[in-house]
Amino acid sequence: MPEPLTTEATEAARALRAEAALLSIRGLSKRYHAPRGTVHAVENVSLDIPRGSITGLVGESGSGKTTLGRTLLRLVEPSAGSIRFAGEELTSLSDRQMTAMRRRMQIIFQDPVSSLNPRLKVKHIVAEGLRAHGIGSGSERRERVAALLEEVGLSPDQMTRYPHEFSGGQRQRIGIARALALEPEFIVADESVSALDVSIQAQVLNLLLDIRAKRDLTMLFIAHDLSVVDYLCDRIAVMYLGKIVETGPARRLVRHPAHPYTRALLSAVPQPDPLASRDREVLEGSIPSPLDPPSGCVFRTRCPRALPGCATEFPPPVAAGDGHIAHCINL
Amino acid sequence: MAAATFSDEPGLFRSLTARPAVLAALVVFGLILVAALLAPWISPADPARMSVRARLSPPFGGAYLLGADAFGRDVLSRLLFAGRVSLSIGLGVAVVSTALGILIGLAAGFFRRLDAPLSRLIDAMMAFPDILLAIALVAILGGSILNVILALSIVYTPRIARIVRAATLVIRELPFVEAARALGSSNLSIMAWHVLPNIVSPVTVQATFIFAYAMLAEAGLSFLGVGVDPSIPTWGTMVNEGRQYLDQALYLILFPGIAISLAVLSLQLIGDGLRDALDPRLAKDV
Repeated sequence: MPEPLTTEATEAARALRAEAALLSIRGLSKRYHAPRGTVHAVENVSLDIPRGSITGLVGESGSGKTTLGRTLLRLVEPSAGSIRFAGEELTSLSDRQMTAMRRRMQIIFQDPVSSLNPRLKVKHIVAEGLRAHGIGSGSERRERVAALLEEVGLSPDQMTRYPHEFSGGQRQRIGIARALALEPEFIVADESVSALDVSIQAQVLNLLLDIRAKRDLTMLFIAHDLSVVDYLCDRIAVMYLGKIVETGPARRLVRHPAHPYTRALLSAVPQPDPLASRDREVLEGSIPSPLDPPSGCVFRTRCPRALPGCATEFPPPVAAGDGHIAHCINL
Repeated sequence: MAAATFSDEPGLFRSLTARPAVLAALVVFGLILVAALLAPWISPADPARMSVRARLSPPFGGAYLLGADAFGRDVLSRLLFAGRVSLSIGLGVAVVSTALGILIGLAAGFFRRLDAPLSRLIDAMMAFPDILLAIALVAILGGSILNVILALSIVYTPRIARIVRAATLVIRELPFVEAARALGSSNLSIMAWHVLPNIVSPVTVQATFIFAYAMLAEAGLSFLGVGVDPSIPTWGTMVNEGRQYLDQALYLILFPGIAISLAVLSLQLIGDGLRDALDPRLAKDV
């Protein structure tokens, strides 16, 4: 990349790299065998998530970002590859060991309706993790639930209510309290605000930032909305058709995107000023079927700058400095 | 699926009784239940006491309100005591087949590996005509009340199992179950906390229907002479006994017949009402 780095971004990136990655993924793949062939949902993905960071994972629908999030919690079993969490290889853990490990890694879901059991009271929903791991007595769990509800901005008296008595934003807070109950080090937030109104989104995002600061959490924030990711994240990974095509410090990646796909994504973000001049790169067509992904660079079929060489192999990483990496032969 | 099946039901009783037919059914079934429960206290006579002089006395005249049977036994008293047995058999079958059906259905719906064998077993059982299977089972087991309950429970278990399996297949994939897995909950705990509470509505509705079917089937078995021992009064055995005097004393089958019809009809209506109250998608005006 010819663009000079801003000092801010340089320092942020250095500070982040100084700390070891909490989660380190290498060559991770998830393939599903369907009647019409093999679905390559996640294909040979490598990613480091630095301890204490919020890493954003963006991409359009069908890019495999949700599958990646599920796979690294082993809610979906990977087909190949390695997931190292705090030095432990998750893929080789037994079921029992993995259950113990679940205390340390949690998930917050997209849909605030279907992610809460409508038949359970809030206190039972939030205490589920404590129950599963046999933590605390009944009254201790109750106190813990009360404290958690307060932490996420709900009132402890609401613990005897059912999920349908809450609004979407409040339900999402219940889901966050449930995930925090086990005091995890790492949380996957899967499109956790995309089902909410914009005003509520901001509240929940700020809650996540507060919690991160208070609890020293590491997060993988999955989203398709780049403006949300830009606001929240330290680092961003861009995913397209099962592959990560670009990663880097958030601010740098948003200001100076290297990969043509990231550029297209960014130019699609709505601008508040209708008169602002903008160079739009509009992508043609839609994302190809993961049943039959293009050879070489998966993006080449929609890339405005595709060359014949793009069809031969997936481009090796090109470093643009400060941990900013893009997979494109045009760089 | 989600919104309808999982809707909470504030005022289930109120939405049940809002429909006149269902309200009437609740009242009728309630009366039948109370009458059967209070049989030893409200019966005008000992249901087993014979009186040669009273043989085939017609109803609505003399000492016997609903007449007397071929042995001179009081039909009203026998009807009340028979209700206890018939309702117990219906309830027993509903409870046992629901319990078995939930076990089988949960196992088939939750564990992929068990699904194929259990589903084939369910299909095979449902392929038999109900009454033939029941006759065969009672013939093998013998005609006690418990054996009739057992035989009919085996006949109706697949109906519950199929519903439970289908609901479990849906619930298993819902995000709150995935959340439970992420939290480290065991399969057993997921079934108890997440699946079971969400299948209560469809199972309750089906159990009500099975209650009705089982009473009808018991009457059928007794009528065919393969039900409970003829010395035990049930509505079915009463119809069977009355059959021989059809030309002289129609009332001998009429009254137990009415009792069976009222009980079964009211239970069916209650089942319909429950289904509509619990699942608004199926609600329709009656």
